[in-house]
Amino acid sequence: MTEIFGFPVAVILGQLTLGLVNGSFYALLSLGLAVIFGLMGVVNFAHGAFYALGAFAALLGLQYFGINYWAALLLAPLVVGVLGIVVEKSLLRRLYGLDPLYGLLLTFGVALVIEGSLHQFFGASGQSYPVPNALGGVINLGFMILPIYRAWVIAVSIAVCFSTWFVIERTRLGATLRAARENAPLLQAFGVNVPLLFAATYGGGVALAALAGVLSAPVILVTSQMGSSLVIVVFAVVVIGGMGSILGSIVSGLVLGIIEGFTKVIYPEASNIVVFVIMAIVLIVRPAGLFGRE
Amino acid sequence: MRAAHMFYLIAGLFALSAPFLGIYPVFMMKLLCFAMFACAFNLLLGFSGMLSFGHAAFFGFSAYVTAWLAAVHGWGAAPATLAGIVVSALLGLVIGVLAIRRRGIYFAMITLALAQLIFFVCLEAPFTGGENGLQGVPRGSLFGVLQLKSDIVMYYLVLGAFLGVYVFIRRVVHSPFGQVLKAIHENEPRAVSLGYDINRYKLVAFVLSATLAGLAGSLKTLVLGFATLSDVQQANSGEVILMTLLGGSGTFFGPVVGATVVVTLQEYLSEFVGGWVTVIIGVIFITCVLVFRRGIVGELAAFKLRR
Repeated sequence: MTEIFGFPVAVILGQLTLGLVNGSFYALLSLGLAVIFGLMGVVNFAHGAFYALGAFAALLGLQYFGINYWAALLLAPLVVGVLGIVVEKSLLRRLYGLDPLYGLLLTFGVALVIEGSLHQFFGASGQSYPVPNALGGVINLGFMILPIYRAWVIAVSIAVCFSTWFVIERTRLGATLRAARENAPLLQAFGVNVPLLFAATYGGGVALAALAGVLSAPVILVTSQMGSSLVIVVFAVVVIGGMGSILGSIVSGLVLGIIEGFTKVIYPEASNIVVFVIMAIVLIVRPAGLFGRE
Repeated sequence: MRAAHMFYLIAGLFALSAPFLGIYPVFMMKLLCFAMFACAFNLLLGFSGMLSFGHAAFFGFSAYVTAWLAAVHGWGAAPATLAGIVVSALLGLVIGVLAIRRRGIYFAMITLALAQLIFFVCLEAPFTGGENGLQGVPRGSLFGVLQLKSDIVMYYLVLGAFLGVYVFIRRVVHSPFGQVLKAIHENEPRAVSLGYDINRYKLVAFVLSATLAGLAGSLKTLVLGFATLSDVQQANSGEVILMTLLGGSGTFFGPVVGATVVVTLQEYLSEFVGGWVTVIIGVIFITCVLVFRRGIVGELAAFKLRR
């Protein structure tokens, strides 16, 4: 039996992959937050609610329309993204140019409406979503047993995160987005439909949250409150990483997930608070965040 | 100014006679505690421009400290409340030192995250009763003289405390210290260039606000006889923001109006609409931010100015 510091290696590796799964969700969520904030200057408090909506969309699609996991992976983010566009067009739009705190407060209200409605319609108890057959089972790696679904979540999240990073930093569309961040009126004068760009960005950001929701549905209980405490952790992740940086939010999401998993092995009582403690330390050492520029 | 004096006179007479007007005293006390909480919060948001999303930490943690000392260790009302206040002041110092390193939305996110840390401490620490919280907190007596078991006596004590806090906050805002806070709120770089150590001012404002929020939490525990996780939860931080925003942040009486509306809604509306209360609060939040950002009192004052 191999052990490190008195803990069996298999246990450590198991918690690490679980941590990496959580880290994937942190990365997807903080990436969406960073994209929305980077362009619009809005901290989207409703991000956790849209994450929950994604999971519920998958669940209800399966229960009522027989939509399978693979279709839900595409459809749920699409539906939630459209809803995000509606929210941007009808509500958020009116706050541009005001103190960004109003955006935070407005989206907090949106989160209450979404989570409260989900709670009313579907109750407080959690529902479970079946793991798709193709992704069931485990792989025996010799030194540990890896559930296929966990590996799938990590792989998909990392792929999506880095494609998003690529689109924003390396393509023409991304250049337009970054130009809008620098100087929206000038970009509009060049004939770019900036209001549409804003709506699409918000829609895209919350679609990422919904994707995280669908991915997480088979590994956690789907409840109306599943996003409300998660969004606070993701805020802390964003403070640690520095919100300006896309790559920073991805990396810090994954790393903090791993640290959290590690804490579960060493000192389980602290696993809920370790991210907040790290945030406090980062604030003392590097107030602008690890990848941030003040 | 006449109208304002008349208004205070009527409000004062109403508050003094409320127990004899057939209004349930426990409800009035709960309302006063939340009004005090909102006034304390407003000192930060309204007069210093800092949006704390974690004020439930001070309110709730102080509630736990008072409940624990009074119920488990048999402390009297005054020392248990004082201990709650001191602990929330210290907590305010620690969270404040960290949070004022950033401003604006980052400040909001940091306070939110640190308050969540306190929430988990209250959930998992051995002395807090976990999911159940601490129940059956005795009100005891004040210095062994005044028996607080009577709702009427307790009511006047809470009313007195509330008035003290209200006058104190007015005093602070109108003091030179308050004027500097206002200057920082309106133009931070200029306040820096005038030579003010703005971080010290911000920290003192934060600690003051946390301390008063703690007093509100301690009194709430004595009034209702329990401290639970809902005192320290994120939703409570959100509600105090709503109270302040709805009533009018940056006005003295606004938070009291906001607290009255929100607490009354929660108390009476829930009978009719059940679990929809959260959704309704969310809708009020959205309406407030979109339509009347100055809040009820703020809009009234602006309306009066326009005429």
